[in-house]
Amino acid sequence: MAEEFEPKIVAFLCKWCSSAGSDLAGVTRMEYPSNVVPITVMCSGSVSPLYIFSAFNKGADGVLVSGCHPGDCHYIKGNFYTRRRITMVKKLLEYIGLEPQRFQMSWVSAAEGTKYTQIIKDFVKELKPLGPQTKLRRNP
Amino acid sequence: MKRTGVFICRCGINIAGTVDVEKVAKELYKHTGVVHSEDYIYMCSDPGQNLIVEAIKEKKLDSVIIACCSPTLHETTFRNAAKSAGLNPFQCEIANIREQCSWVHKDMEKATEKSIKITRSAVERVRRNESLEPISIPVTRKALVIGGGISGIQSALDLANSGFEVILVERSPSIGGHMIQLSETFPTLDCSQCILTPKMVEASKHPKINLMTYSEVQEISGYVGNFKVKILKKPTYVDPDKCTLCDECTRVCPVVVPNEFDIGLTGRRAIYIPFPQSIPATYTLDIKACPGLLPIACGKCEDVCEPNAIDFDMKPEIIEEEVGTIIAATGYDLYEKELMSEYGYGKYPDVLDGLQFERLCSASGPTMGKILRPSDHKEPKEVVFVQCVGSRDPELHCAYCSKICCMYTAKHAMLFKHHVHDGQAYIFYIDIRSGGKGYEEFVQRAVEEDGVLYLRGKVSKIFGDKGKLKVWGVDTLSGKDIEIDADMVVLAMATRPSKGAEELAKKLKIAIDKDGFLSEAHPKLRPVESVTSGMFLAGAAQAPKDIPEAVAQASGAAAKAITILSQERLYHAPTVAMVNVNLCTGCEMCVHVCPYDALSLKDGKVEVNEVLCEGCGTCSATCLRAAIQIKNLTPLQVHEMIKACLGG
Repeated sequence: MAEEFEPKIVAFLCKWCSSAGSDLAGVTRMEYPSNVVPITVMCSGSVSPLYIFSAFNKGADGVLVSGCHPGDCHYIKGNFYTRRRITMVKKLLEYIGLEPQRFQMSWVSAAEGTKYTQIIKDFVKELKPLGPQTKLRRNP
Repeated sequence: MKRTGVFICRCGINIAGTVDVEKVAKELYKHTGVVHSEDYIYMCSDPGQNLIVEAIKEKKLDSVIIACCSPTLHETTFRNAAKSAGLNPFQCEIANIREQCSWVHKDMEKATEKSIKITRSAVERVRRNESLEPISIPVTRKALVIGGGISGIQSALDLANSGFEVILVERSPSIGGHMIQLSETFPTLDCSQCILTPKMVEASKHPKINLMTYSEVQEISGYVGNFKVKILKKPTYVDPDKCTLCDECTRVCPVVVPNEFDIGLTGRRAIYIPFPQSIPATYTLDIKACPGLLPIACGKCEDVCEPNAIDFDMKPEIIEEEVGTIIAATGYDLYEKELMSEYGYGKYPDVLDGLQFERLCSASGPTMGKILRPSDHKEPKEVVFVQCVGSRDPELHCAYCSKICCMYTAKHAMLFKHHVHDGQAYIFYIDIRSGGKGYEEFVQRAVEEDGVLYLRGKVSKIFGDKGKLKVWGVDTLSGKDIEIDADMVVLAMATRPSKGAEELAKKLKIAIDKDGFLSEAHPKLRPVESVTSGMFLAGAAQAPKDIPEAVAQASGAAAKAITILSQERLYHAPTVAMVNVNLCTGCEMCVHVCPYDALSLKDGKVEVNEVLCEGCGTCSATCLRAAIQIKNLTPLQVHEMIKACLGG
């Protein structure tokens, strides 16, 4: 029997909310698939579109960007820029033919360990039927 | 090539239970640039830290990765350990393999694989880290306290008594806040004014406190240790130095408006003193109510004022100050009663809110401490108190518990019985929350000694009926409908952030929560700090609080402020933005997105004010040429980290 496809996911988490939220998921011993490798950035506003393309280019099957809830940014307004920028990136990725499910954004506060867990579970579940991402991968 | 050391913590079995740490150590040893790799049971313990120190010295490591718990916990520990071995602290990074890996996965093989990726990613980062020195900034040793209620007064006094200059700004004509309106305080029933006025006097006479009443903060710029503040001093049109408090002016003033101090139970003149113990003790001419500052329009007050204290030519003043730290103590207001039409507030004069009832009970109140109905000045015999009016009602009003109402309602019912011995008090409640020293006993006393009847349930409607107020409610314990013919109803309105707090929060650049209260930096560990460094929160501005809690937080905020004011210089994280002037075209896109106004254009290139920059990196994501980058988290570092995360 062929082994089940395990998508590789890179998650960009802002330090103050989403990374803290994922820490909380750990502290409360929640469980989610190990497909996601997190990269903690200072603010979701610092996630350049190039990081997202770079992740797909280097073989990611899915990319997640997660920040503080809009209006609740540690850096006052960084995530407003994220929201605009990410919406544009999402459209661009769809335009070039990437399945829209492969790129997601979410708002996870430091208190939302449960939400983070659910987001990862759902993301992995959605990515599994899609199989490996080859559209943007350098060496498929 | 850098020489990196990797230290993997077992954390007892917290990590080692699900991660094969030996395998992680072995795999990492193969990684480019890693010259040392080992695991240990508790890296954060003294022997664990010594292990790191020894390895740095022996193997001549110039960078280290500790794969352990979240960096929020032990980053400082390990950076200090690295520093003690002669390493720059910024050559130490944390790989979080506990909260983000071992604790959330059960499959050992997969968790080990993920830990390797996380640790490799951290190695890729630290390999490109620069050695940085904290940015040093001078401190203006002066504080600004916004709000002159009990919290603001307490903070100001604590700061001043520690030897620091304080500016205490209050927007109304007198300090004292809501506490000065209260009659007695729970659970001791001591007179509120009697315990507050000594503090008010102390604050006004303190040589270190610059009291600015009838003033508002207009603009704030700068950063921790060095804020620049513009304060608008509104004209009172009365010279306090000349005014003798003879009260002649109010006798001739023809205008009567509702008195804010008595929450509309009485009227006041356009020229007025808020209450007898007002500080500063002087009159204020309310320009909104005054017919006009011209002798032709009225000018009666000016005519009768013998010492010529009234000056119609007084102008608003903008006062500029520099302070090192700011405490926001903006307090609370009661929920808008107009939103509770089912309880007939505004329609029936004998439906009061909690603060109005305080004024009725107060010895300095409009009835000189006699409890009388506003409608006919008769003594009410049956009084219904309704708790949670607007609180704990997520569908229609405020979702949160206003915290103080259970206790003050018990106090109201008690005070009513002390004034009207043959009266009966009823309290409708959802739950009684009497957590606090002596609080539960206080509620029991209300029931046992004063015969207060507690009814568990909500009131559906209050309406006038033959000179009485009919209260329809339900007692959910007996399941019966309740109908009371009351003489007076007192509503324990929800507490809300004070009006204007949101606007002020924007000026201060501090966050507000979903209910509009000022947000603390961490709900448990940083409860008096705001997310903006150098700004602190005190009192009910942060959440509903009773007096002891407000005072405690105010002192806490003052102590936190002193941690800044007592320093000669402050140090700021050096992981800030830097500009590659060869790449920068001066397009200014980054300048516009910076939340801290830390970027500016100089000679066609962007320049970073390192003191203002908080290192969020929004600028770097905006720059099309990667000309602006955050130190130690550059795009190159992130790209390499991504590669490591994907197993490349």
